[in-house]
Parts: sequence; structure tokens; C-alpha cells
Amino acid sequence: MADEAPFQFLHNEVLQYIYKSAENGETDNGRNIAKLENMGFRVGQGLMERLTKDTARFKDELDIMKFVCKDFWTCVFKKQIDNLRTNHQGIYVLQDNKFRLLSQLSAGKQYLEQAPKYLAFTCGLVRGALSNLGVKSIVTAEVSVMPACVSDHKMIRKIFS
Amino acid sequence: MAVCIAVIAKENYPLYIRSLPTQNELKFHYTVHTSLDVVEEKISAVGKSVGDQRELYLGLLYPTEDYKVYGYVTNSKVKFVIVVDSSNTSLRDNEIRSMFRKLHNSFTDVMCNPFHNPGDTIQSKTFDGIVSGMMVPPG
Repeated sequence: MADEAPFQFLHNEVLQYIYKSAENGETDNGRNIAKLENMGFRVGQGLMERLTKDTARFKDELDIMKFVCKDFWTCVFKKQIDNLRTNHQGIYVLQDNKFRLLSQLSAGKQYLEQAPKYLAFTCGLVRGALSNLGVKSIVTAEVSVMPACVSDHKMIRKIFS
Repeated sequence: MAVCIAVIAKENYPLYIRSLPTQNELKFHYTVHTSLDVVEEKISAVGKSVGDQRELYLGLLYPTEDYKVYGYVTNSKVKFVIVVDSSNTSLRDNEIRSMFRKLHNSFTDVMCNPFHNPGDTIQSKTFDGIVSGMMVPPG
């Protein structure tokens, strides 16, 4: 379990660094989020290359999504996606009830607006992984934190073009 | 021992081609290019048994009078093509498979290199070293 913590700390520090080094007076949220997402994209590509080295070829998109939910998520976050839903027309919703990168933030409404910053890297990660497998996608994430319980909800909606 | 090794990107342009310097390189470029069609055919083969479709190693693509061409495709649709001399009959399937495995491992390392942009030609010395180890020694 030791290697979860360094990644979380590193991720948080990277976030802080990007926001601090943004131009003075310019809290350009869009650009910072884009930078984080692009970092995640590149990491996702490399990670996917390594993970799929030994697996068989994928039959279809659903196969790819299942791989992302199980092996890919386990590799990065040491757990699987809790819920995968699809409308069979190119939109997939992945739900993680206890998202690692957010689990250190308090569970109430206090930091809800800050949460998207923490999701940008992971969105890029997933987008990069998918693009390396030949799937063009748009990944968005939402957080709706339950007030009374510990779990954080994270939903990623993918729209395939 | 291979005579020519090529790595082709998802969009079908070469990321890396290396052939014996003593021979006519253009001939090998052409051979690799034509083998791409066979690779596409094998990847998209519908109606084949499920076992074939799940494998990364594609096997012998097509034999010419002088050479045999083998193919391998990764999950990220990057193709590896190895051309070997036909006269070299001692090369068994397993050896070709292990050559492809080594290539794939090396390629994965190149991809994970943060200084390498996916889609650029491969400049890595380590990769060159691995490939040199697999080619017929010059002279």
C-alpha cells in the first residue's frame, strides 16, 4: 500500500505548483485545468502501453471500457470502478464511490468548488489511455459529495465521436 | 536474425525502419509497406475463430522468393514487421515470437519516456541497441 501515498502527495503538489506558477493576478482556471489534463493525457498513453503489453487484443469498445474499469483503475488507484453504465450509443458513465485523490478532502460541501481541480489529471489520464487504444473521447467528471457519508462520488461521462 | 525491422504507427507511417546497410534499403521499405495490407486484413478478419483474433502475434504475413515477412500488432495498433532471409530456415516460430516480445518491451519503454512524443520517430539509443542485437551482423 505504500506506493499509493506518494502518488497522492505528488499529485497534490503538482496541482499547487501549477496554480502558483500561473500568471500573476490571473486565476485562469481553464488554462490550469488544461495543463493538468494534458499531463494526464501523456501519462495515460504511456501507462496504457505498458498495461496492454501482455493482454489479448480487445474485441470492441465495451471490452476496452471494462479493461479501463478493472485493470487500469486497479493499477492507478488500487481499486476497481464501482459502477459502469452505458447507453450503448457511445456514452459510458464510470462511478467511483471513494475516489482516492479526493478522499483526503473533507466530506462536506466546503471544498466542492475545489474538487474539479483534482479531477483534471485523472480525466486526462483516462483520455490518454483511450486515445492510445484508438478511441477518441471526451472525458468529463463531476463530483457530488454526499453530506453525511465518507464516500465521494465521481462520475465520468465519455462521449465517443 | 532479421534482415529488416520496422515499427509502424497507428496511422500507418513508419516510426522506425532499419535494414542492413549493404542492401538496397528502398526494396525493404517497399516490402514493409506492402505487408501493411496483409496486417490490416489479419486484424479485421471477421468470422475467424475467437482465438486468432485475441493474439498479438500475427505470424507469417507472406513469403516472397527471397524473404519471409512476419507481423505483430500491439493493442495500441502499432505494428512491428520483421523481414528475415528465406534461406535462414533454422529460425523457428518461437524465436520470432521472442524477437517480437523484445521489440514490444523496448517500444513500451520508449513510449514511457517523457521526452518522447508519441507519433515522433523513435530516436532512442536503447531501442537501437535492441534492434542491432536482432539484425544479422554486417559484413
